[in-house]
Amino acid sequence: MGFELTRREFLKASGAAAAAGVAVVAPATAEAATGQSYPAKAVGKAKGMQVNSPQQFSYPDSASPCTAVKLGKAVPGGVGPDGDIVAYSNLCTHMGCPVSYDANARTFKCPCHFSVFDAELSGQMICGQATENLPRIQLAWNEKDDSVTAVGVIGLIYGRASNTL
Amino acid sequence: MAIARDRIALPPVGAQKTHMTCHFCIVGCGYHVYKWDVNREGGKAPNQNALGLDFRKQLPPLAITLTPAMTNVITDGDGRSYNVMIVPDKNCVVNQGLSSTRGGKMASYMYSAEGMSRDRLLYPRVYLGDQWLDTSWDNALAVYGGLVKKILDNDGPNDVVFSCFDHGGAGGGFENTWGTGKLMFSAIQTPLVRIHNRPAYNSECHATREMGIGELNNSYEDAELADVIWSIGGNPYETQTNYFLAHWVPNLQGGTVDKKKQRFPGETVGAGKAIFVDPRRTVSVDIAEQIAGKDNVLHLDIQPGTDIALFNGLFTHVVEQGWIDRDFISQHTDGFDAAVAANRMSLQECSQITGVSVDKLRKAAEWAYKPKASGHRPRSCHTYEKGIIWGNDNYLIQSALVDLVIATHNVGRRGTGVVRMGGHQEGYTRPPYPGDSKIYVDQELINGKGKMMTWWACNNFQTSNNAQRLREVVLERSQIVKSAISKARGASAQELVDVIYEACNNGGLFVASIDLYPTKLTEAAHMLLAAAHPGEMNLTSMNGERRMRLSEKFMDPPGEAKPDCLIAAMIANTIKAMYQKEGNAEMVKRFSGFDWKTEEDAFNDGFRRAGQPGAGPIDSQGGGTGHIVTYDRLRTMGNNGVQLPAQDWKGGKLVGTEMLYTDGKFDTANGRAQFKPSPWPGLPKTVAEQKAKYKFWINNGRVNEVWQTGYHDKYNAFVKGRWPMAFLEMNPDDAKSLGVGAGDVVEVFNDFGSTYAMAYPDGTAKPGQTFMLFGYFNGVAGDVTTDWTDRNIVPYYKGTWADVRRVGTLEEFKRTVSLKNRHFKGA
Repeated sequence: MGFELTRREFLKASGAAAAAGVAVVAPATAEAATGQSYPAKAVGKAKGMQVNSPQQFSYPDSASPCTAVKLGKAVPGGVGPDGDIVAYSNLCTHMGCPVSYDANARTFKCPCHFSVFDAELSGQMICGQATENLPRIQLAWNEKDDSVTAVGVIGLIYGRASNTL
Repeated sequence: MAIARDRIALPPVGAQKTHMTCHFCIVGCGYHVYKWDVNREGGKAPNQNALGLDFRKQLPPLAITLTPAMTNVITDGDGRSYNVMIVPDKNCVVNQGLSSTRGGKMASYMYSAEGMSRDRLLYPRVYLGDQWLDTSWDNALAVYGGLVKKILDNDGPNDVVFSCFDHGGAGGGFENTWGTGKLMFSAIQTPLVRIHNRPAYNSECHATREMGIGELNNSYEDAELADVIWSIGGNPYETQTNYFLAHWVPNLQGGTVDKKKQRFPGETVGAGKAIFVDPRRTVSVDIAEQIAGKDNVLHLDIQPGTDIALFNGLFTHVVEQGWIDRDFISQHTDGFDAAVAANRMSLQECSQITGVSVDKLRKAAEWAYKPKASGHRPRSCHTYEKGIIWGNDNYLIQSALVDLVIATHNVGRRGTGVVRMGGHQEGYTRPPYPGDSKIYVDQELINGKGKMMTWWACNNFQTSNNAQRLREVVLERSQIVKSAISKARGASAQELVDVIYEACNNGGLFVASIDLYPTKLTEAAHMLLAAAHPGEMNLTSMNGERRMRLSEKFMDPPGEAKPDCLIAAMIANTIKAMYQKEGNAEMVKRFSGFDWKTEEDAFNDGFRRAGQPGAGPIDSQGGGTGHIVTYDRLRTMGNNGVQLPAQDWKGGKLVGTEMLYTDGKFDTANGRAQFKPSPWPGLPKTVAEQKAKYKFWINNGRVNEVWQTGYHDKYNAFVKGRWPMAFLEMNPDDAKSLGVGAGDVVEVFNDFGSTYAMAYPDGTAKPGQTFMLFGYFNGVAGDVTTDWTDRNIVPYYKGTWADVRRVGTLEEFKRTVSLKNRHFKGA
């Protein structure tokens, strides 16, 4: 007989884990209902980011590669002084192959099964075999120190039962 | 604000696990369904969840496809709720663990009172006066059956009209084609029946069948073994996704060379090449180029409607070059010389008509038919789909194509074939059609014929040709019945039948829709009957390589919805009881034989009795050996099933048939394949008139993310957010000249009708050529297709011309819909 948790037990356990964490922010969106708590993790300074020049980081942990990009025009979910900095998981939601950023089209493309996601439109799948758009990393921009911080994830990162392992 | 779906419940070890073949396209990918109590979850360690995967760490790429869309919470009839997860099966030879964007959403589309499918029909509904009201099956059937009986008694069967599925998968299956077929053809005996996607009771493949070659004659593995794969009027990445990804791609990458060496010793082999025939540059062309390199892909971008000329030119050329199999032609075929004479066309003339350069034509012929260095004939696998099935003369195009295929012996050898790619899965078992000619049923309705119309698991308001005219007339005629019903207060079922019948005699039409959802047909209907889909019933189908599987029931249908075959049985039994009451033995006999308790009873009555002594004539894709196949045996065979025709049950396994015609014996009276003359006819007059009058060719077809009419997808924000409206792909300069911006709403109109679409400029679209999403719920491409059909009443859906004008701008579309190029371009 395998180990199992009831939903109530799961919520209790993950809540306890979150309480033990260090840098935790309250998620702003509905993932609160799932009981996950996300770490806050510095991505960089907004001023340091060049337009259309992707910047790699990992979030919510080192096994989850992500890309932040400053698009040069305000987009939905964009942060920073120009409302144009967005970030996404690098793992295609279909089967987890690493997507690459196409600076011309401003899209993310998957080499395995040819899915394409729009970096300027919340990771919407333009064409492809995924059933989910590319997970967006929620960013927060602090006007005082110009810092951009990853604070949550919208969507499920490939290869995980929950975004926080 | 977006809802973050950022975790999923894992199935615990020991969760119920059943087989499911994808509901949607013909490929029929194998999936597993996990079902377990809603209050339990598996743990993340590999020994704590039924998937056996270690979710305590990041899974590597390609380990699984597992997304929130693949999960749901459902409630069974006893009120207990369960988690369900539907994930692709790695051991299924069809998809090998791959999942498409359509199949990957199956779990989301299973019924849940709070989920995407919450608008499902739960009970029979009747339209009384000005509103839809739930009612009991008994009451609905008393009206429906009473009306059928009254019409049969007074007017005969020709006034009882149906449009019904003939396929497999959801809205089909061997159980349901049999149940509906037995009702329509044996019991009611009406010839006024059309098929879901064409306006008569006919085949999409008359020519190839008459030539002795069934249209599904090879295996998906043959695409791995081919030297050249032809894609003729197809778009496999978007419409047969995992056939393309799991079987074509490895060949184009050179990954099957060892397999070829092993199978074909001494023969020159290499990575496969691909030839696309399509006026439109589909996303499949770009992806093939990405995989195989541009030098190994040819795109024969013919002028619309010139396929016949293309194949006649190639046929003439290969005959002249001697790249034909003379021994095969003389030993196994008839009519070669007559076809050569009738189809003769020089490459120059072919180039002139098709717009494809002579060099390109010559290259295609060399790749596909010129003997290889080893002296062996190339193995060319010819796949075709709606580009020619809905093309300029279905009958003649198939004739021209199959002539070329037979002459070069590209059938019955591994790595070859001339096969349709398919839309739905297949699943046909019915008594013979009770008519001796093909009837254009839409035109009959338009001309005021018929008293009662049932749309069964299909929606021709969105999918027919000349659809606007069909809707206009059906709505007018149905209103006559609605008005009569609204005045029949307090009427018993029998009294209501009399009222409806009288209205029908005054030009009215009673309309019923049997479906999962209330569709666009609801605007005309008087009765809706709630049907079930795979997972809510056991259902068998076969895919494009004739691979039959059982999709197992794992949950109850919602409310009082029922499998189509059992709805058919209830209708038959209702009418039988009425005739019993009257002591009409002859009619009692006609409506007998529906004593089915389950869908398996219907399966055993139809598919398994075909060809058996005493069964009477049954047209079945299982042939005369269907009796070998049972539900139990199919359960044993799981997602790999058996390729029909079944040959044996041996060693605890069903033995099937990988390829047809390997013995050179074809399905004609004398066993010889029959060439068919197919001279180039030009465009049909009706279509040519639209072309002369209007500026844009309105090509149309499916898009990757949407299944058929969007009957589920219209409720899914992922799909509806991407395609809120049917799109019209058009050349950017054309758009500019009309003042149309990306995302603008445009009107598309001609002599046949008018519709709206969302403009989607695309640099790959040629000037004057557009492509519109077919069959959508918001923008119906069929409104502007003509009423022209070929000799078998197969429409030329792809052939119409229309004008386009800007209607306006919806800022929301521009803000929320990506209008970027859909074509994959290499890094």
